[in-house]
Formats: sequence, C-alpha cells, structure tokens
Amino acid sequence: MIETTTTDLIINFSYVLAAALFIFGLKLLGHPSSARKGNLLSAIAMLIAIVVTMFDNNIVSFQMIAIAMLAGSILGVLAARLIAMTAMPEMVSLLNGIGGLASLFVAWATVEANSEFSVFTMIVTFLALLIGGVTFSGSLIAWAKLSERITGRSVTFAGQAVFNSLLVLVIIFAAYLFVAQPTMLAGVNIDFNMVLYTAMGLALLFGIMLVLPIGGADMPVVISLLNSYSGLAACAAGFALHNNILIVAGSLVGASGIILTNIMCKAMNRSLTNVLFSGFMPVTKTDM
Amino acid sequence: MDAVYLLFILLLSIFVGFELIQKVPATLHTPLMSGANAISGITVVGALALAGSDSMGGYSSYLGAFAVFLATINVVGGYLVTDRMLAMFKKKQ
Repeated sequence: MIETTTTDLIINFSYVLAAALFIFGLKLLGHPSSARKGNLLSAIAMLIAIVVTMFDNNIVSFQMIAIAMLAGSILGVLAARLIAMTAMPEMVSLLNGIGGLASLFVAWATVEANSEFSVFTMIVTFLALLIGGVTFSGSLIAWAKLSERITGRSVTFAGQAVFNSLLVLVIIFAAYLFVAQPTMLAGVNIDFNMVLYTAMGLALLFGIMLVLPIGGADMPVVISLLNSYSGLAACAAGFALHNNILIVAGSLVGASGIILTNIMCKAMNRSLTNVLFSGFMPVTKTDM
Repeated sequence: MDAVYLLFILLLSIFVGFELIQKVPATLHTPLMSGANAISGITVVGALALAGSDSMGGYSSYLGAFAVFLATINVVGGYLVTDRMLAMFKKKQ
C-alpha cells in the first residue's frame, strides 16, 4: 500500500467535493430554469479537480503541463467563440472526439510509464484505449456527416456485416495479446509495441465502421451515444490510474449519456437498435 | 486502493447517473449532451499525473502532456459551448 500523506487526504477530500458538484451540476442541467447554473457548478467542480491535482506529489515538472494547458485553453476558447450557432452539434461532436483521443493517449502513456502490470490494469487500459479510439474516429465521422463534409447518407457495402463481425473478433484477439502479453505465439515473435499500435488502429477503424452505416439525420443520437462512450473511456482510464474522480465523473457521464440517448431516440419514435443498425435493415417506421 | 473498492465507486456512480436524467425537454437535449461531454474531459486529471511525472524517461510524459492538451480543449471548449447555447436559450424565453 502507498503511504497516505496529508496532501493525498486533501486531494481526495476535494475530489469528493468535486464529485458532489458534478452530480448537482448534471441534475440542474436537466431543467430549463437552472441549466446555466448547473453548467457553472460542473465547471467549478472541474476547476477544483484540476487545481487540486496539481498538488499531487508525483507531479514534479510543470513546464509541459503549463504549455499544454495554455495551448488547449486557447484552442478551446477560440473553438467555442468562433463557431456559428447553427454548427453547435458538430462542435460538440468534435470536442467529444478530442476527449476520446485524450483518453486514448492517457492509456498509451500509462503503458509507456510502467513496465510491470497486473492483468486487471492491462484490461482496463485496453478498454480505455479501445473506447477512446472508437469515440475519436466515430465522432469525427459524425462531425463530417453533420457538416456535410462527407455524404450524410448511410454508407453500406456488400459484406459489411461480415467485415464488422471479423473486426470484432480481431479486436478480441488483440485484447488477449495486449493483456496476456505472450512473447511467442504459433512460432511467431510478438512485439508488444506492434500489438499496441495495431490495437489503436483497430479501435479507430471500428469507430469509423460503427458510424458510417448510420444516416446523417440520426447523428445527434449517435453523438449522444459517443458522448456516453467518452465518459466510459475516462472511467476506464480512472481504473488504470486508480483515480476516484475519473471513475465517478466518467461513469456519471457514461450512465446519464445512455439515458439521454434513449430519451432522444424516444423523441424520434425509434429504438436505439433501430438507429444503430439502420444501415443493415429496412427502417421500420410507425404510421404518422 | 484495490479493484473491489474502485468497482463499488463505479457501481454507485452508474446508479446515480441513471437516476439523474429524467424527463428532459427536447430543447435541452443538445446542451445537456454538451455539458456531459465537458465533464468527460475529466481525463485531464489523469493526464496531468502522467505528464508531470518523469519517472521513466520523457516518452510517457510527452504522451501525457499531449493528452492534457487534448483534454483541456474538451473541457474549456465544452463548458463555453454549453454556456453559449444556454445563454441563447434564455434570451428566447
């Protein structure tokens, strides 16, 4: 066990406070009269979490952090200010994808930072990598469809279902290689870095394949679902890093995102499966 | 901190998350999605720890720093975009 210092205690108490504020914030966001206050509360929670994390004893160099945060903030402000009001859903999708990519990089950095891993850590790291990658490429496709950079129609090709099933199998196999880390398999040497890069590529491809067959009109639902995924990716990263606030905030977004996705589907008189697999089966519409 | 303890936290948070969102008016769908998206930028906290430690050479801290950069865009952009949407919403009323 790691020795608990006073700093650790303060950090974790502040995380509890941040978690409570996130919960209140989300609650208030669901009502028209209090939504703006809710957003502010959740922003304060985020600020508390970030500032308090800086006091972590493991953080010794601040130079790169300062540069990264400054650059990220400038880009974030510019993106939020300059975007047209009508292009908001695309913007959310793009930001969501960037968040997913961040989780992928956290997972990657975790792998590089340590040499010894438990099976549990490897499983959650792989999940963060996979979900983060899917969120990133899926959100990019959703963004491109919404902003009409690619066709908004459902993209299907012969054998797509078979291809996707194979892709899932390959991903499961990659997960096995990632977690078990065999050095030899069927007489072939296995390089862990190759497995890592292949896994990332597969995750990105999977995200593209998931969103391509869905029509542009259904994109808001897809973005909501991918938003839920990015929460889950953060949650998985939290498990890999043993960080409470990542797990709490990530799973809050994951769970509330699923509910919101469901509500949005209902508003369109569709089921979630109907939206997700609309490219593969005739859309059943109820009579208006 | 062991895995079981973390799983407890996960389970309880998921239940809270499920209960939080009920009967949201259609106009709030996009802002709520955007607000939740900003929260998922919490990855920045994990990225900070990786970017700031130079335990195993520079490689992982560079990756961590890039993750900080990305997550910060998500956080800052996410909250501001949500606020812009909600401000507009208020004016209409």
